[in-house]
This record gives sequence, C-alpha cells and structure tokens, in this order.
Amino acid sequence: MATRGFSGKGRPPAEQDRLPPGQYTTDDFPVLSAGPTPRVSLDAWRFTLRVGPKPVKQWTWDEFNRLPMTGVTRDIHCVTKWSKYDTAWEGVLVDDILADAGLEAPTPWVLAHAFDDYTTNVPFADLGGGRGMVAVRYAGQPIDADHGGPARLLVPHLYFWKSAKWVNGLQFTQRDEAGFWELRGYHMYGDPWKEQRYSGD
Amino acid sequence: MTEPAAPARKRSWQTARVVAIETLTPRIKGFHFTLPDAPAFVAGQHMDVRLVAPDGYEAQRSYSIASAPEHAERIELAIERLDDGEVSAFFHDVVQVGDEIELRGPLGGHFVWSVRDGGPVLLIGGGSGVVPLMSMVRHRAAQASTVPVTLVTSARTAADLIYLDELRRLDANGDGFTLKARVTREAATASDLDAGRIDRPLLESVLDEMAEPSFIFVCGSNPFVGTVADLLLDLGLPPGRIRTERYGG
Repeated sequence: MATRGFSGKGRPPAEQDRLPPGQYTTDDFPVLSAGPTPRVSLDAWRFTLRVGPKPVKQWTWDEFNRLPMTGVTRDIHCVTKWSKYDTAWEGVLVDDILADAGLEAPTPWVLAHAFDDYTTNVPFADLGGGRGMVAVRYAGQPIDADHGGPARLLVPHLYFWKSAKWVNGLQFTQRDEAGFWELRGYHMYGDPWKEQRYSGD
Repeated sequence: MTEPAAPARKRSWQTARVVAIETLTPRIKGFHFTLPDAPAFVAGQHMDVRLVAPDGYEAQRSYSIASAPEHAERIELAIERLDDGEVSAFFHDVVQVGDEIELRGPLGGHFVWSVRDGGPVLLIGGGSGVVPLMSMVRHRAAQASTVPVTLVTSARTAADLIYLDELRRLDANGDGFTLKARVTREAATASDLDAGRIDRPLLESVLDEMAEPSFIFVCGSNPFVGTVADLLLDLGLPPGRIRTERYGG
C-alpha cells in the first residue's frame, strides 16, 4: 500500500545492493544499549572462551592484544533502521581466538557474553571463516565505552545487536540458545537482507 | 525483576487510521491511531511505522507509544520533528486525520513496566524521552495504582515540556505520583519548574524523598541518557535496576 503523499523525496540515490530493506544511512554513530555503560577497567578485563559451562582459556587485556590483529572495513546495520557505511575496525578474528586456545568449534552454536550480563547468540558459521571478530579499535582508536569498548564483538553481516558491546566471552552451547534481545521478541538470526528484525519475520 | 515474556507471534503490518493529531509542543505532535487488530501492549513499548512511496521505496522508523495499555483501541504515538527527518517531517507536514498508515507492534520487551511489577519507580526523561514514560504514568493512573512513581524531566523551555498539564494534574492527586520538572534554556516561570539541568544535586534530592527505587527508566537523547545513567551509578544505584532507551539511534 502506498502512503498518501509520501514520495521518499530526498532519499539517497538507489543503493539496492548496499542498503538492506527498511534501512537508512547515517554518518553519525548512534548509541543504543539496554542499560548504563558498564565501567570496565583494562586491569580487570578478561576474555573467556567456554565450551558449555567449562572455561577453555582466559586472556587478560595484554594477552588478548598480543593475538594476531586483523583490520576490516564494513557496512553495519542496526535493527532500529540506521546503517552506517565503511566502519573500520581492528581486532582478533574468532578463528584466531580459537587457534590460540587450540580449539576447533565443538558445536555449531555460540552465545556471546558481555560485562553488563548481555548475551546474544550467533551461529559459529557466522563467526568462523573470517566472518566475526572481537574488535578492540574503531577508526584507528580504542573503542569508546559508549560503543562497546574496551572490546566488542563484530559480526557486521547480521543486525548490529549481534555485535555485543563490552564482550567478555564466547561460549559454545549444545543448542541455539536465545540471548538478551532474542528472549525479548527479536529474531534468533537477524539477517538484515531478509529483514529478520523480530521473531516470526 | 520481572520481565514480561515477549509474545513469539508474528508481528504483521496493519493499516492504521489517523483519527486525531494534537500539537503537544512546538516540535512534538501526538498522532492517534485506530488499528483493525488492536495490539495488547505493555507500557514502554514502541511501534514500527512504514511509509511506502508509489515506486515501492520504503522508510521505517520506531516510535514509542504514549497512551495507556488500557486504551489499546486507540494508540497515541508522539513524534518529534527532527531537522533532517525524512519520516518525522512527513508526519508533521503531510499526515492528516483520516490518512492510512502502516504500523506493526507492539515491539520491545525490556523498557517496559506494569503496576504488577511494583515499585518504587523512578522515571527520568529528557524532552521527547518522556513519551514511553508517559504510557507508564497513564497506565498507573488507569489502574488507580498507588505504587510510588517519580518522574523527573527536563526540556529547553516550559512550552517544550511534553504533557506538562496532565502531569501536573496527576501530581496534584497526591496518590504517590510526583513530578519534578526543569527547564534548561529559560528562567523558571512557575513555582513547580526549576531552571537547570538534571544534575547530581537534583537526583540526590529526588532519591532522598523516595524509598530506594526498584526500577529506574531513563529515556532521551544519547548524551542525556549517558549523563543520567552515569550519575545514577555514581550515586550507588545498581546497574541492573537501570533500563535505558536512547533516541536518535
């Protein structure tokens, strides 16, 4: 149904292969979170890899920053409708985290954990093969706390709530376990190109 | 803390009809809609709006519900006009009573409160950030609840304080609802309006005057929410009790 009087005047030129449906582009970097920005000191920062409840390996901030660093520039898409092009991140690929722990993915499902008790589920297929990283720098600088620093998950091909801010661990799970927003009506997978915003989409 | 379970049903688009438009402040209008399938919602939730151009181009945005869940047959979305807003400018300049607009929802299962959750509740809203908090306040009134709720709000001028008259009336009922309103860009013009920002001394005095809040909801622009949430942490409130929603994101 066309909306009376709406022409979409002033829209950016057609970018059908770059802008997912229902999104608009912004040059800002909006901030969204369910609660206060947690206060995470680098001394207390730890990143833990788990299989089920069992920790496999834990890194301090210094140890984590000695892992191989990879830079990527990607478009990101937030479920609240904004997209931002060409965001530049540096961090440790999930592949390199597993390699450092000497672990091969034991299950197909991962739950990311964060310092504010946030969780989100991402299939391992979307994290391995260079598709996901734990980012520690944005645009050449340490990541602002508002944007998830010291470290955030980066899974740019899924809606950005999957890219957990203040990430402090990845956990392999025996089934696809819903995380924080997934328990509150948001989609289990979150592909922006299929507009998987809410459960049932 | 309790969280209402999010319904797992599909949230389909519906064609809603605009039945009233109110000017709430110089920048904010309230749009009242009727929907074919009136959504049961919880105060604090939002709706998605979809505008479709004749060539199929779509624009979508999320807007908080301002009305009480008790009146789901007619929901109010309050929309602030943004300077470069494609959708908000369309609502302000083009939309008329009788228009059909596509909506879906309710959406969001975290920034929500019901009288069943109890209190005390501290609500802090900057500018149009009061909108989802207003749904909570109206819900409390519709339930004749006496759960202690304090709403702290600020806007540039008294004219920018959304729902000020209604909030003053609710405060005057003396049933446990308290309003603390401030204006940031003009001198105080009424005895119940202070000049100044929402700052640490104000929050300290609000917290002194109420029992320790079980739920705190903060909504507004990103800088507003960031500042207020940091002040609340500085004052020793547990992060798990503070829920935030940031506009412009």
